[in-house]
Amino acid sequence: MAGRTRAIGMRLAQTVPVIIGVIVISFILTRALPGDPAVYFAGAMADAESIQQVREALGLDKPLVTQFFLYVGDLAQGDLGRSISTGQPVLTDLAARLPASLELTLSALVLSCLIAIPLGVLAAVRQGSWVDHLCRVLVTAGVSLPTFFTGILLVYVFYYLLGWAPSPLGRLDFIYFEPPRVTGFYLVDSLIAGDLETFAATLRQLTLPTITLALFTLAPIARMTRAAMLQALSSDYIRTARAAGLSRGKILFGYGLRNALLPVVTTLGMVFSFVLGANVLVEKVFAWPGIGSYAVEALVASDYAAVQGFVLAMAFLFVTLNLIIDLSYALIDPRIGFDTK
Amino acid sequence: MLNIRDFAVSFRTRRGEVQAVRGISLDLSEGETLGIVGESGSGKSVTSYALMRILDAGGRIKAGSAVFDGRDLAQAAERDMQAIRGREISMIFQNPRAALNPIRKVGHQLEDVLRRHGRATRADARAKAIEALEAVRIRDAEARYDAYPFELSGGMCQRVVFAIALACGPRLLIADEPTTGLDITTQKAVMDLVRDLTRARGMSSILITHDLGLAAEYCDRLAVMKDGQIVETGPAAALFADPQHSYTRKLVDATPRAGAGLRDLLPLEARTPLADHVPGDRALVQVRDLVKTYPGKSGPVHAVKGISFTIREGQSVGLVGESGCGKSTTSSMLVRLLDRTSGDILFEGLDIADIPADRFVRDKRRSQIQMVFQDATDSLNPRHSARQTIADPILRMSDLRGTALQTRIEELATLCGLPLPLLDRFPHQLSGGQKARVGIARAIALDPKFLILDEPTAALDVSIQAVVLNLLADLRARLGMTYLFVSHDLNVVRLLCDHVIVMQGGEIVEQGPAAQVMDTPSHPYTRTLLAAAPKPPTTNTTTQAAKSAAE
Repeated sequence: MAGRTRAIGMRLAQTVPVIIGVIVISFILTRALPGDPAVYFAGAMADAESIQQVREALGLDKPLVTQFFLYVGDLAQGDLGRSISTGQPVLTDLAARLPASLELTLSALVLSCLIAIPLGVLAAVRQGSWVDHLCRVLVTAGVSLPTFFTGILLVYVFYYLLGWAPSPLGRLDFIYFEPPRVTGFYLVDSLIAGDLETFAATLRQLTLPTITLALFTLAPIARMTRAAMLQALSSDYIRTARAAGLSRGKILFGYGLRNALLPVVTTLGMVFSFVLGANVLVEKVFAWPGIGSYAVEALVASDYAAVQGFVLAMAFLFVTLNLIIDLSYALIDPRIGFDTK
Repeated sequence: MLNIRDFAVSFRTRRGEVQAVRGISLDLSEGETLGIVGESGSGKSVTSYALMRILDAGGRIKAGSAVFDGRDLAQAAERDMQAIRGREISMIFQNPRAALNPIRKVGHQLEDVLRRHGRATRADARAKAIEALEAVRIRDAEARYDAYPFELSGGMCQRVVFAIALACGPRLLIADEPTTGLDITTQKAVMDLVRDLTRARGMSSILITHDLGLAAEYCDRLAVMKDGQIVETGPAAALFADPQHSYTRKLVDATPRAGAGLRDLLPLEARTPLADHVPGDRALVQVRDLVKTYPGKSGPVHAVKGISFTIREGQSVGLVGESGCGKSTTSSMLVRLLDRTSGDILFEGLDIADIPADRFVRDKRRSQIQMVFQDATDSLNPRHSARQTIADPILRMSDLRGTALQTRIEELATLCGLPLPLLDRFPHQLSGGQKARVGIARAIALDPKFLILDEPTAALDVSIQAVVLNLLADLRARLGMTYLFVSHDLNVVRLLCDHVIVMQGGEIVEQGPAAQVMDTPSHPYTRTLLAAAPKPPTTNTTTQAAKSAAE
């Protein structure tokens, strides 16, 4: 056990150079972007003198190296800088917007896992049957339909035509109050507050964007489950289990699925990190106040501090996610013990 | 107890229905051990899967019956079969490590079976599982209960598979190639255990194997299968002494055994006189204090611990030992694919160990030292035709081009007994024996002086092994090559080699002339190895010859 703790410590230590690299690269990349923030913020009527004033106020007149060390010094104190477009500290902005994106992404992933894994298993068990074909159709549709299209289609059908869904404007209809903030996830916070009405309203707002994202993430998960399950079911230990007279359920789930989970978990991690960055389209369609739309707006405005804050936050998320995946690997597969590393 | 009548199994494939088993009939009585022997593709494994009704998708029992204890297994409902499997009839498999769930503790896998068949409850499952592990003589069963398959040796895994098979006290055990891939001493330990325990419990058993010697040693009665049919059945000794069917005779002949020469393995009509090869006096390869140490997770691993030997020109030296003894590491160093840690390898008196393995490819002696690899399939590029494969080393190491190159390739193919039309086929279109010939032709393409053969026949059926061994002997005589023959099969080494080196744990424990080492071994380990090898009943080849002459 002591070895395991040390191994986790080692694994954490490996993330330090990654973070440093991200800080350097995000700094250089934002500076390399075209556009001058001073001009942008001085406004259309500004003359050369006021632009220069803004530039000095933002500290952009100093050499790059000095700017970098000032930035790192601020970072060390937990100061990500102030966004020049919202006027808020970047940390505050991120704290407000990250939970929105996470709530959407996580509920989409939970939904797609709930559909994709059973579907993949069924498709593998009944290879060539209608379930298999359905799986193939869903997978193809999922990858080939862009999210903004399915999003708009769903809004058109369920909001405009049928009127079942609430207006696609953010996380909560304006008639409700935000639940008292504990985790930032409205679903959780409303439950903590015991406010079932807000919970239901949150859920209604979440439904369409969640389905949109889930359709997109369904494909890789279902495909990988099917393939991994097929491979697991054709292996020798399944034959042994059958020859020992074990029940069908035990063979499929206890022996087959547990072995098939490894590649599925890997795919899940990849899909998660991909979607978190890429769901900006869905956020735009549903006016979701998430981190993706925030980053795009900041990028357009050459809002250095906000972009850097976003990249850094994403890097932290990815690193944490990879750590969690590695740890769950070790839980599922005893062969990948940390002690042997 | 088990009566199989006109049993037929077929598989649906893309190219129509394939008949794997074509109407076989067999009887097995209480307490009897039956061996089903045949080469790959004979339908022996399919028969056993069909009996258990665990055929892969697409396979089905087409006709016939298999009555076990009054119930027809071919007709029984799936629900009844689930109760029969594991409780009445159980199976053990080849490749034991893969046959266990890799991510479940072996104790839990045993409990699954015990609880499924109502032999244990949640409360006493652990104790019963440990009991079952002790029954197959696993020492320290309490600790092994918590082990995962990857933490156990192959032999230990097979014991666990066996424990699972025996856990619910079945009356029939089907063993499907249970020792393929295991070391020879482990093979003996596992087979002895299977025999002892099935006997002690009065169980019947069916042993399915390609190894006629093994079957003869452990079975009361043998059935020989070929192309889905049984060609002959009878007591083991009788089958060996007087095989009735021509295929049985071919199999018996091809099985390496004491007292038989290389040519005796071949069918009677192919027994041309064997050309002599005379080892010279000059040393071709000298190995001095060769050491290989790998860095390991828990300290360095000493794979080869300072070995010395000499191979004379024209000599055939056998390198024998069990897995992990360092024989493959040694051969990789000799063929200069692996760098040594210390020591000398002299080839024709000059040190070649100093040249790093990745630079030796440009040394002119590269063409002098060549290798035939263990797996004929995996060592051929699947996208190269046989012609391209053989041309490869010639194009790299010599100036032969155009028609001269084609002539040389055809000459090599003829030399190795590969029909010329097959030259333009790809590996997947060739049989195992043909692929072995391509591998050999490639190795001798540059007229090497020294050829290292790494278990070249391990994956081949016995009848093809017999042909390949004879081919190697002919080539040696014709081209004057020197062989280092790496093998775990002492019977085969005895047939081909003049000199034998026995390795254990990275050291040479014994070396000497083949006959001396085999007949009067001095080291206890050599004696253990020799004792563990299955001994087929000896046949009298002269009476056979006389018999067929009389026919």
